[in-house]
Amino acid sequence: MNKILLLTLQLAFFITVAPLLSGLITKIKNNIRMREGQSVFQPYYNLVKLFSKSEVISGTASWIFRSAPFVVFSSTLTAALLIPVFIFTSPAHTMGDLLAMVFIFALGRFFLALAALDTGSSFGGMGSSREMFISSLVEPALCMVIFAVSLQFGSTDISTFSGAHAISVSSIIAALALFLVSIAETSRIPVDNQETHLELTMVHEAMVLEYSGRPLALIEMASYIKQMVFFFLIAQIVFPICLPSYENLAQAFSWASWYCVRIILISIAAALVEVAVAKMRLLRVADFLEFAFVLGVIACVCAIVGV
Amino acid sequence: MLDLLPKHIFLSDPLSLFFLFVIFIVSLPSAIYSFGYLKGEYPLKKIILSWFLLAIFILSMAAVVTAGNVLVFLVAWEMMSLASYFLVVFDTTHERSIKAGTIYVVMTQIGAAFLIAAFMIMYSYARSFDLFALKNACLAMPAQTKNIIFVSLLIGFGTKAGIVPLHIWLPYAHPQAPSHISSIMSGVMIKTAIYGIIRFVMFILGVSAAWWGVLVLILAVISCLVGVIYALMEHDIKKLLAYHSVENIGIILLGVGLAMFFTSQGLPYLAVFSLMAGLYHLVNHAIFKGLLFLCAGSVYKATGTRDIEKLGGLIKTMPYTAAYFLLGAMAISALPPLNGFVSEWLTLQAFFLGALNVIGGTKLFLGFCAVMLALTSGLAAACFVKAFGITFLAGPRSHYAKEAKEVSLSMKAGMFFLSLLTIVFGLAATMIIRYLTRAAGSAMDIDISHMQFSLNNITLNPQAGKSIYLSPPLLALVLLVLGITGLVIFCAWRRKRSVRHNTWDCGYYRLDARNEYTATAFSKPFRIAFSFFLLPYRKTQKIRESFYHVRSFTYETHTIQVFKKYLYDPVLVLVFRSAKSMRRLQPGSIHLYLMYIFITIILLIVFMRWF
Repeated sequence: MNKILLLTLQLAFFITVAPLLSGLITKIKNNIRMREGQSVFQPYYNLVKLFSKSEVISGTASWIFRSAPFVVFSSTLTAALLIPVFIFTSPAHTMGDLLAMVFIFALGRFFLALAALDTGSSFGGMGSSREMFISSLVEPALCMVIFAVSLQFGSTDISTFSGAHAISVSSIIAALALFLVSIAETSRIPVDNQETHLELTMVHEAMVLEYSGRPLALIEMASYIKQMVFFFLIAQIVFPICLPSYENLAQAFSWASWYCVRIILISIAAALVEVAVAKMRLLRVADFLEFAFVLGVIACVCAIVGV
Repeated sequence: MLDLLPKHIFLSDPLSLFFLFVIFIVSLPSAIYSFGYLKGEYPLKKIILSWFLLAIFILSMAAVVTAGNVLVFLVAWEMMSLASYFLVVFDTTHERSIKAGTIYVVMTQIGAAFLIAAFMIMYSYARSFDLFALKNACLAMPAQTKNIIFVSLLIGFGTKAGIVPLHIWLPYAHPQAPSHISSIMSGVMIKTAIYGIIRFVMFILGVSAAWWGVLVLILAVISCLVGVIYALMEHDIKKLLAYHSVENIGIILLGVGLAMFFTSQGLPYLAVFSLMAGLYHLVNHAIFKGLLFLCAGSVYKATGTRDIEKLGGLIKTMPYTAAYFLLGAMAISALPPLNGFVSEWLTLQAFFLGALNVIGGTKLFLGFCAVMLALTSGLAAACFVKAFGITFLAGPRSHYAKEAKEVSLSMKAGMFFLSLLTIVFGLAATMIIRYLTRAAGSAMDIDISHMQFSLNNITLNPQAGKSIYLSPPLLALVLLVLGITGLVIFCAWRRKRSVRHNTWDCGYYRLDARNEYTATAFSKPFRIAFSFFLLPYRKTQKIRESFYHVRSFTYETHTIQVFKKYLYDPVLVLVFRSAKSMRRLQPGSIHLYLMYIFITIILLIVFMRWF
């Protein structure tokens, strides 16, 4: 019972905090650009607005289009459950490991890419094709990172990382590679741009172009959560500091707040990258991800050497 | 005295029984499916013939995997090849069938020649065709001989399995057969070659050098990537699936090769685990590839075309086939909680666990193989988004697709059975793993009694005190619960009416099927990214009315099949050229022929006398 309570708490935590993280990054970006910018809570306002609107569905769309938001939402939340947030091991850690998480994300992406093709719009097809192209190149880089981490910690189980104490060269490089991967996965500059609807460049936005109203809110929510999951993973690997192993809620919250500090640091890094770098051409993304892959290889070599 | 009378004609150890199970689990639904599929497609006489050939085909495959004697094995092997050859050329009206059949039969016989050579060398040591006698003889065999036998067996079985670069027949032969036969050929027949590799290389010959495993791993990685990249370029739906067979054979061989590698490194626990992962992927591939070929057959039956560019929108006219195809596509893309996910996860874990137990640069090699597997799985997902999306979603792009009707009950039953299995084999992973571990252990003569698996979770112990968990049922449950919760909240919140409207068309108001994304367009980024291997070229043709006005514009894009062009074509040219020069020996003069006979007799006499 305690487990289910914790899991529900974790879900609630991800759902309530994830939009804030996105708002925070936008705010930091705007401040760097010397702009006033929107409020940190803007993503919440957007979600509420979308939730209260009726939706428009394309006449050619089938049940794939209607079901995709739920699949995306539930798969992202399932992945979020695997992350240990409040205590040493996630209550759901017997469900799967880091590799399983990659496949769970693939489930949501698969359905979203299909939904994009479902409406028969060329924008959707374009987005779907590009997204699958990028994600198939992300996969080897991500796998290399997981491999390095597995060599370092002796397991792909996520709770093993949070149990480790020392910060090593290998894990820092792996975290850097994972950061690049997360840029691609969360559709940020230089891979994709969340802020425009320009047909020449959009990838994720092209896929969800036909969505409106509440389904769109679900998809947006899912992408906020996905971003948070990736940031949490990076925080686990760069600062592998032990979380309490007993289920004391008060202490759990204090650790969560310490966690938040690290997450905010990563958000600042993400914002800086977005401001400093220009968007790449689609085919240059391959080079970008190759760089992440090579970083992964270096992390592996470091892990093998033992630094 | 020759020991031609066999002691074991058939054997039934866990490995053979497992392969028998795989054969029947795909053959049964395919046979049911063929009732509906053949009806109306062929005259009655041909239908009876096809049933006869199908029976021979299935029985000979069953004989191959249970043969306890090399002679029985070879006879069954050839029967299997012949029966499948006749099924490939079943559509005799198409010239393509004849060509496909010829390529198939030539490649198969080349493979068989290598097998016979390997068996003959083994026989010369064992003086018996019995498998166990061969196994004993192989213990005392010099390493050099073992290497030669291994390479011949790898070429022989590799031809049947479709390992790159011996895969050349596969994309011709598999699509050309009737669909239920394609499903058996792709789902099961190529697996008999994997059986051969496990039985003859690992069980009888015994892995003696580390490079065997490394060679198999490298070939497997190449097969994975080449298969999936060609599949991405393909828009003939059955050819696409055939290329995916090349890819999946690669994934299976990753498990098998890893098992061979670990055996040579003295890591029996990991060897059993890797072989188990390979076998798991084998049965999974049999299920989902069988399913996908049946679905492709349904699409072909309903529309009369296999070109996915001309399809589209079939999810509305053929809802059942679409749902089954979706399940198959999800399974082959390794999406949780279906069966492909579990076996790919296990294969990846085999690499990860192995890397923790070997030293130095070998870790990195295993890492690279694992990464290539990850790349393959990403590309496969992209390919199946294409295959499903372009075929079944959006609007119909031709009148064939518009007028498609859902297929008959027997066809739906066959597909339903297999799609159910994709779910069952995902959720019941622990039970299946337990059985497969036994099969893998028996195939390598390793005692597995100390290996334990918990019931609901797959738990692996890479190092003392650490464990990795995976629980497909729990995963499925959580996905389902969260999805349904989302749906309930969604519906409960002040429900607003949803509006149906046309797809947004930038204010153009004449959006139709011609604006849809096609398979060629979908795979364009991949075509450019892999252009160093695919060597794409395009043909464009403009018909102008005047300099300023182009009346029509045709655009074609093709890729060059490097293996065909740079490996097989030169060999073919050589064969034909030498055949031409050999023709001079046969000018039609009876005197010359009499002289040939005379010389032959002289040579024979000399040979018999002196040797």
